[in-house]
Amino acid sequence: MKQRGFTFEKLKIASFDFTCCEGCQLQLANRESTLTDFFELLDIRNFRELSSESHDDYDIALIEGSISRQDEIERLHAIRHQAKTLIAFGTCACFGGVNSLKNRFPLHESIAEIYPDMAIESLPVRKISEIVKVDLSIPGCPVNKEEVERIIVSLVTGSLLTLPKYPVCVECKEKLNTCMFELGEICLGPITRAGCDAVCTTGKTVCLGCRGPSEEINMPAFIELIKEKKLSFDDLQEKISFYNAFEEYSSHEA
Amino acid sequence: MRLKNTAAMKRDITIDIHHLTRVEGHADISISVKDGKLIDARWAVIETPRFFEVMVKGMSAEKVPFLTSRICGICSISHALASIRALERAMKIEPPAVAEKVRLLAMHGETLQSHALHLFFLAAPDFTGTASVLPLIHTHPDVIKAGLKIKELGNEISTATTGRCTHPVSLIVGGLSKAPEKLQLLNLRTMIRERKPVLDSACSFFRSLAIPDFIRETEFVSLGNGSSYPSIGGHLISTDGVNRDENDYLAMTNEYSLDFSTSKFTRLSRETSAAGALARINNNYDLLHQRAKEVAASFGLVPVCHNPFMNNIAQLIECVHILEDAEELINSLLDMELTEIKTTFTPKAGSATGAVEAPRGILYHHLETNAEGKVVRGDCIIPTTQNNANIHYDLHAIAEQALKEGKNDKEIKKLCEMVVRSYDPCISCSVH
Repeated sequence: MKQRGFTFEKLKIASFDFTCCEGCQLQLANRESTLTDFFELLDIRNFRELSSESHDDYDIALIEGSISRQDEIERLHAIRHQAKTLIAFGTCACFGGVNSLKNRFPLHESIAEIYPDMAIESLPVRKISEIVKVDLSIPGCPVNKEEVERIIVSLVTGSLLTLPKYPVCVECKEKLNTCMFELGEICLGPITRAGCDAVCTTGKTVCLGCRGPSEEINMPAFIELIKEKKLSFDDLQEKISFYNAFEEYSSHEA
Repeated sequence: MRLKNTAAMKRDITIDIHHLTRVEGHADISISVKDGKLIDARWAVIETPRFFEVMVKGMSAEKVPFLTSRICGICSISHALASIRALERAMKIEPPAVAEKVRLLAMHGETLQSHALHLFFLAAPDFTGTASVLPLIHTHPDVIKAGLKIKELGNEISTATTGRCTHPVSLIVGGLSKAPEKLQLLNLRTMIRERKPVLDSACSFFRSLAIPDFIRETEFVSLGNGSSYPSIGGHLISTDGVNRDENDYLAMTNEYSLDFSTSKFTRLSRETSAAGALARINNNYDLLHQRAKEVAASFGLVPVCHNPFMNNIAQLIECVHILEDAEELINSLLDMELTEIKTTFTPKAGSATGAVEAPRGILYHHLETNAEGKVVRGDCIIPTTQNNANIHYDLHAIAEQALKEGKNDKEIKKLCEMVVRSYDPCISCSVH
């Protein structure tokens, strides 16, 4: 592939899904106006959702979803063995995602409730990095396709690759939105990594932290803010555990 | 001909398709033939269960739609709205008229993007004989461009009405957190008008394809309200004459498990029933927009149509209907003040069903709340679950028909894959 006199290698890429809704993979087929150019950067070796053709000689593996069954662990190890770069793709892969809410309930009771007549295998939900080494994480529920495009271009051109370190509040202020705290709501914008273009708060709903902690997170100040505004800690607990993205800051047993 | 068939009927065939491609989620097809006799034809969903019905327990009602939308990456708007409808009915909340119209428009956006994804990206390669859509970018550039234009329009409608095209932001219990701007609606209307001829040209392409000749009678289930093409709420009806209240969803589904599938099965008046675009048209043909009826006629689709491959065409017909109806919805929204968009409410104990027509068929969420507005029980029955038995029996019937017609192993395998794909199964959604 030639671009302004430079020759670039297409990325030999594969996409795999585990316990998830497949919404992140779907984003690969969104942003239709740039889609054919986007596909030009990729040599798709394995992508079951899109193509009946599959090859096992990929360099980059996109992993969507969390892990909740033994066969998934084995499949993930095989992919890790092949891939030079393994990317945790989306909130479920990066943090466990909403699937982790299952872990609040005794597993055998959940199985007995949903499948009373048959034996079903299910493990507690785990994120990808609990099973294999992850080289790069792209958070988001779903991932932001514009960010994915930027990352893919960085990988093709070998240029520096970064995610925003600052919180969602920065992007939200740029949009001139009214702060959700001013509207009496707990919003996770102050502690969540930006890169989503503050899509939820721009739609006038609170940030639930799908992109995980920002790099310079100030948790004590955030807790102080909630106390000062006399907002509900039960509500905070429900929000902060929604995607399991703040595991180290929240007590899951509550 | 008969001699050839007799020879063909003495064969042994084993078809094992592990992780069927170009569908959403993981499932296997297996066909086994011994001495020319079909021994087994099986549709086995092996997707990992996620236990959403457990996860909703104890959650505040207002957060539940944000959770349940994550059941599916393709039909997240339908899941959010099924939960919202169940909760509003359970807690006796009347959403404002503007919110109701914007929600209908959001459903149109989602269905358009989902149908376009299936028709052009997932199903079309079966008819052109390619492994994926990628070669078609070069061999059928106009068709793919048209598909992208329709899919993009669907996503633009979803984004304008819900804030984002996957996992909606502004659909909330009580109404909307934010209404679309009038300028956004005007832009959408321009896009819709521009893209009607694009869709017409795509219809010509689909008319040129050979739809397999296969009939197996079944019962078609959908929503119906007698006055408009179904979308959010209504009666639960079938082509076998069933007509029930929305809360009677359990009597419509009679869910059961089989040990080879993590996705459950349903039945109504007979062993199998089907949901989806074809079911909606079979039950509500008269309520389609005139232009959609003309397209239906051009494909010879007359209700009740029992060819599952015509579900692809039914999706295309619905796209035509959606473009017309979306334009009318936008026109009426442009005549309204978009200020009153949510009803404030106090939590109540209650329980109700929310039924919506997701792209792949009727979707039920049944939710029960306590006096604090926490959900204490949830039940979701997914369109693909309602199609599982039908897919299973279709595989049987089509494998038998193909054997009788003396088709070779490769042709049988392809027909089996195609018949499953025609349902546009949403497998991970069905194992929620």
